[in-house]
Amino acid sequence: MIDQITRQADEAAAAVESAATLADLQQVESDQLGRSAPLTLSKRQLGSIPVENRKEAGRALNEARRRVESMLEDRRRTLADAERASRLVAERLDLTEVPPAVEAGHAHIVTQAWEELEDVFVGMGYEVAEGPEVETDWHNFDALNIPAGHPARDEFDTIYVNHGKAGSTLLRTHTSPVQIRAMQQSEPPIYIVAPGRVFRRDTADATHMPVFHQIEGLVIDKGISLADLAGTIEVFTERYFGPGFSSRLRPNHFPFTEPSAEFDIQRPDGSWLELGGCGMVHPDVLRAGGVNPEQWSGFAFGFGIDRLALMKFGVDDLRELFTNDVRFLRQF
Amino acid sequence: MDNDLDQLAEVMIDLGMVVEDVVHTGPAWDGIVVAEILDLRPHPEADRIQLVDVDAGDGQPLQVCCGAFNMKRGDLVPLATVGTTMPGGLEIGRRKLRGEWSNGMLCSPAELELTGDADGIMILDPGLAVGRPLAEALGADGDVLFDLDIEANRPDALSVAGVARDVAARLGVPFTLPSPKFPEAEQSVDALAAVDIEAPDLCPRFGVRVLHNVTIGESPSWMAARLVAAGMRPINSIVDISNYVMLELGQPNHTYDLELVPDGRLGVRMGRDGETLVTLDDVERTITATDGVIVDAEDRPIGLAGVMGGASTEISESTTSVLLEAAVWDRMTVARTSRRLGLRSEASTRFERGVDPHGIELALDRFVELAVDICGATVASGRIVAEGNLEPPRTVRVRTDRVNSLLNLELTTSEIADLLDPIGFTTRPVRMNGSETDPTPALADALDVIIPTWRPDSAIEVDVIEEIGRHHGYDKSGRRVPTPTQVGRLSPTQIARRRIRRALLGDGFSEAMPLPFLAPDDLANCGLEPNGLTLSNPLVAEESVLRTSLLPGLLKAVVRNQSHRNGPVRLYELGRVYEPADAELPHEHEMVAACASGFGPGRPSNGGSEAASTAAYAAVRSLYRLGAELGLRGLTISNQERPGLHPTRAATVRFRGQVIGEVGEIDPRVLDRYDIDGRVAWLQLELAPLVEVVNTPARYKQISLYPSSDIDLAFVTPDDVPATAVATTLSKTGGPLLQSVELFDVFRSPQLGRNQRSLAYRLRFQAPDRTLTDEDVAELRQSCIDAVASAHGAELR
Repeated sequence: MIDQITRQADEAAAAVESAATLADLQQVESDQLGRSAPLTLSKRQLGSIPVENRKEAGRALNEARRRVESMLEDRRRTLADAERASRLVAERLDLTEVPPAVEAGHAHIVTQAWEELEDVFVGMGYEVAEGPEVETDWHNFDALNIPAGHPARDEFDTIYVNHGKAGSTLLRTHTSPVQIRAMQQSEPPIYIVAPGRVFRRDTADATHMPVFHQIEGLVIDKGISLADLAGTIEVFTERYFGPGFSSRLRPNHFPFTEPSAEFDIQRPDGSWLELGGCGMVHPDVLRAGGVNPEQWSGFAFGFGIDRLALMKFGVDDLRELFTNDVRFLRQF
Repeated sequence: MDNDLDQLAEVMIDLGMVVEDVVHTGPAWDGIVVAEILDLRPHPEADRIQLVDVDAGDGQPLQVCCGAFNMKRGDLVPLATVGTTMPGGLEIGRRKLRGEWSNGMLCSPAELELTGDADGIMILDPGLAVGRPLAEALGADGDVLFDLDIEANRPDALSVAGVARDVAARLGVPFTLPSPKFPEAEQSVDALAAVDIEAPDLCPRFGVRVLHNVTIGESPSWMAARLVAAGMRPINSIVDISNYVMLELGQPNHTYDLELVPDGRLGVRMGRDGETLVTLDDVERTITATDGVIVDAEDRPIGLAGVMGGASTEISESTTSVLLEAAVWDRMTVARTSRRLGLRSEASTRFERGVDPHGIELALDRFVELAVDICGATVASGRIVAEGNLEPPRTVRVRTDRVNSLLNLELTTSEIADLLDPIGFTTRPVRMNGSETDPTPALADALDVIIPTWRPDSAIEVDVIEEIGRHHGYDKSGRRVPTPTQVGRLSPTQIARRRIRRALLGDGFSEAMPLPFLAPDDLANCGLEPNGLTLSNPLVAEESVLRTSLLPGLLKAVVRNQSHRNGPVRLYELGRVYEPADAELPHEHEMVAACASGFGPGRPSNGGSEAASTAAYAAVRSLYRLGAELGLRGLTISNQERPGLHPTRAATVRFRGQVIGEVGEIDPRVLDRYDIDGRVAWLQLELAPLVEVVNTPARYKQISLYPSSDIDLAFVTPDDVPATAVATTLSKTGGPLLQSVELFDVFRSPQLGRNQRSLAYRLRFQAPDRTLTDEDVAELRQSCIDAVASAHGAELR
C-alpha cells in the first residue's frame, strides 16, 4: 500500500511538472487530486487494509497529497509568471509615441491675473463690483471732481461714443466711475474692488493700447484713515506678490482723492515698482455718490492689470496680449 | 556727498515730487581747462585755420590749430586737452593739420553744449585761473541737477524757490526768497509807462518796470550753464535773465522794446474775432474772442496773454530801453488759447496751472537786479501794478480732530500749525464752539488757515489736511487694516463667468481678447445688421464702430492665426457688446462665444460618430458639453437661419424657452470675405440668462433601488423633422418613468427612401418603488411608437 501511494504520488508529481500551461495544470489537478484520481481512490481503500497498517498508510497518503498540492501551487505560480511575462511582451506599447500636442484650452493671462486679484481681495472681505464700459460723461468725470474744462480731462485722451447729447457718452477712461455707481447702489459700509476694461485714445505701442484693464478698490466706512489705506495696500502686496514684497505711499495728485498718493511696491531685491494711484476719497466724490463726508470717510486705489500679467509671465510688449495668436495663448 | 544727495532725493519723493533723475553736470567737461591765448599767427598752408599758442597752466606755449578768429591775445578760452572726450562724444587727439601739430581743441559754447553758438570760441571772464578745470572755474563743477516730475496741483513747485520752500520746511532749515537790491534812477516809471486793464477777469494783476541803458550781450557763463542745466537754450542776456527769473521764482515775464511801444502804454482786453498777431516765432495767429490779448496805445494786439509775445515789439541787439512785464492771467483762458493754437510754452504751462498773483513785485525786482548787474541797466523808480479782479486769499477752517481722524495721528493744534507755517499756510487757532474768538493755542481745537496765494489747488479742509500729512510724512500715519463685516465673495455673474471659462477651457478653447472696435464694414461683411454705435473721435477708421456681436473679432483672430499657419484653432471670448438704445446709455450686455476653424464642408450621414469632423455638429456638441458642465437642464436648439451663419446649418439656442443664442457654422460667404479656409464652427450665448441656473445647486433625486428596462426604437423619419423633436415627443410620452432618451444611431440608405433617415433612440424606464413588468414596458413602448407616428409621421423601422 505504501509503495502504491509513493508510486501514485511520483506519477502525480511528474504530471504536474509536465503541465505546460495553466489550463493543462488545471486538468492535472483534477486528474491527480480529483474524485477519481489514484490518490483519492487509494484513500477509499484505507478502510479495507489491516488496522495495524492503516495508521501508517494514512499518514503516507496525507503526506503524498500535501506534496502534490504544494507542487501544484509552485507550478501554478511558475506558469502564471511565465504567462504574464509573455503577455506583457506581447502587449508592449511605446508610450512616447503619443504626440505631446494636446488641444487644451488656455486662459488669457489678463484673465489669470484678473481672477487672482479678485481672489486676493475676496479673501480680504471685498465684494467684486462692476459697471458699464460705455459710461456717462458725468460718472466718468464730473462725479469724480473733474468738471468740464478741468485740465485733467485732457490727460485722459477720451474716446467718445455717438449716443445722446454730443460729448455725453464715452468709453470709460478708468474704472473709477464704478466707485460712484457702488455708492449710488448701496449704503456704506462699502468694501469693493472693481476690475474692468478701460479705454484711451492711445496709439498701440509696447506700453500703450487703446484698450486695457484696471482694478479699482473702494472702501467707505466710519473712521477710515490714511493708515487703513496704507495697511490695506501692504496686505494686498504681501498676498498678491508674496513674502518679501512691501509697499510705500508717496504724495501725489488726483482730482478724486485728497490726500492722494502713488503706491510703490518694493521687490525683495530692493528695487521699486510704481504700481498705482490711491488716496482718501475726496468729499466732493462722496457727495456725488450720495454719501455724507461728515459721517463717512473712505479710500480708493487703482492700478493696471495688464502690466501685472506682463511682468508675471515675462512678456515685454503689451500688444502681444491682444494678437489672439495661439502661439502666444498656448504658452500660458 | 552721494549719501546726502540720496537723502535729499528721498525727501523730495516723500514730499510728492518724483525724482526722475539726478544728474551731475560737472563730469562732461573732464579734460577741459581754462587756457590763455599767448600768440596767434596764420597757418602757412591754410587760410581758414590759424595757429594759436596757448598756456594751459604750465606757462609753456602749446600750439593748437583753430578755425575761429574771434579771440585775441590775452583772452581766456576753454581748451580741450589731448585725451578729452567732448560732451558730444568727439575724442580729442594730437593730430597734424596740413603739416602743423594741434595739441587739443579750443571750444565754442556749442561744443560745450552751452549754447547753439558754434561760430566763435567761447571767451571766458577775465580773471579766471589759467589751467583750472573749466567746470570748477565756472562754478559748475559738482552741480547736481534734480529732474523732478511735478504734479498738476503744484504750480508753485515749477520753480527752484517753490521746491526749496517745500524741502526747507521738511528739513527744518530756514527758507528765504531773494531780496533784490539795486539803485533806482530819479525818473519815475509812471512818466514812462502805463497799464490799463479792460478785462478784469482775464488779468488779476499786471506789473511793469522800465529799464534804460541796457546793453544786450551774452550772459555770464554761470547763468548760461544753469539755464542749459535746466533744459533752456541761452539766447542773449535779457532773454536769459527773463528765463532765469521764471525758473527761479516761477513767475513768467516778458520784455518789450520800449521804443516800439507807443508811450509805453499797455492795455489788456479780450481778443476780437478776426484780429491777427505775428507772434515771436514769426507765425501769424488769428485771434478769437476767447483769447486774452495785450494791446498797445493804438489798441493793436502786441501779445497773446500768457501764451506768447508779439514780434513787433520784440527786443533786439539794438534795444536799449526795456519795458518789463510780469502779469498773472486767468488759467482757463490761457489753457484754451494754448490748446486752440497748439502752442505750449514754459509760460503757458505755468499760467494754466496757476501763478502767484502776489509774486509779481519780487519777479520784477529780481529781473532788474540781474539786468543792472549783467546789462549795466539803469532803472526808473517804482513799479506800476494794475489790478483786475483779484480773488482775496482763501481762509479755511481746519478741525484738529478731522486732521487726526483722516490721517490717524494725534497731533495737537499747535503741532499742526507748526507744520503749516513754514510752507506759508498762515494759521490762527480757534475754538469750534466759537466761545472764544482768539483762544490760547492750548485750548484751540481748530485752525483758521489762510491759504498762500501760490497754492491755487488748495481750497478746502482736506486740501490742507493733505499738506499736513505730506509735511508730517505719510508713513507716520502707520498702517492698519479695516475689517469689513461683510463676507467677501464673487457675484453670481462672476461665478457664472468662471464656470463658463472652465468649461470652455476643458473643451479645448483658448481665450481670445479681440478689441471691441470694428471697421465700418465689418458688421455687414459678417452678415450682421450694420447698426453698431460709432465713435465720435476714433483713432483710425478701422476702429470706429463698437461691436454688436463677438463674431467679427473672433473671425479676425481666426484670420490672424491662419496667416501665421497656426493650424486649426479653437478660441473663445467672454466680452461685452453694445447696441444702440433709447436710454441714457446704450444697451451693453455680455456674451460668450466660441469658434473652431479647420473643418471640411462635407455633409456627414449623421450627427453621432461623425460629428467631430463637421463644423456645425462640432459646435452643437460643444454647446451640449457647456450645457452639461453648467447644469443647464432645459437647453434646446431648433434649426433656424441666423444672421452671419450658414443658412442651412444654424440653430437658435433656447434655455427654458427663452432665446439665449445661436449655434452652427459661419456662412461660407462670410468666410470668403475674410479669406478663411475651411469651415468655422460657431457658438454664441448671452451670459445673463445663464447666471441664475449656474448658481442654483442641483436638487438630489432618489436613485431607484429597482432594475431599469431599456427599449430601443428606430424610426424612419423625414429629414425635415428635427431629431430633437422626436426626442421631445418620446420624453413627453414616456412620462415620469422615463429616465433618459438617447439618440444612439442615425442611418441613411436608399432603402429608406429619399429625404428619410432612421433615428434610433434608447429609452430607459425605471420606477422608484417597484420592478417594471413586461406588460408595463410593452404598454409604454406602444404609446411611444404611436405618439411619434402621429406627431411626426415617422414609422417604426
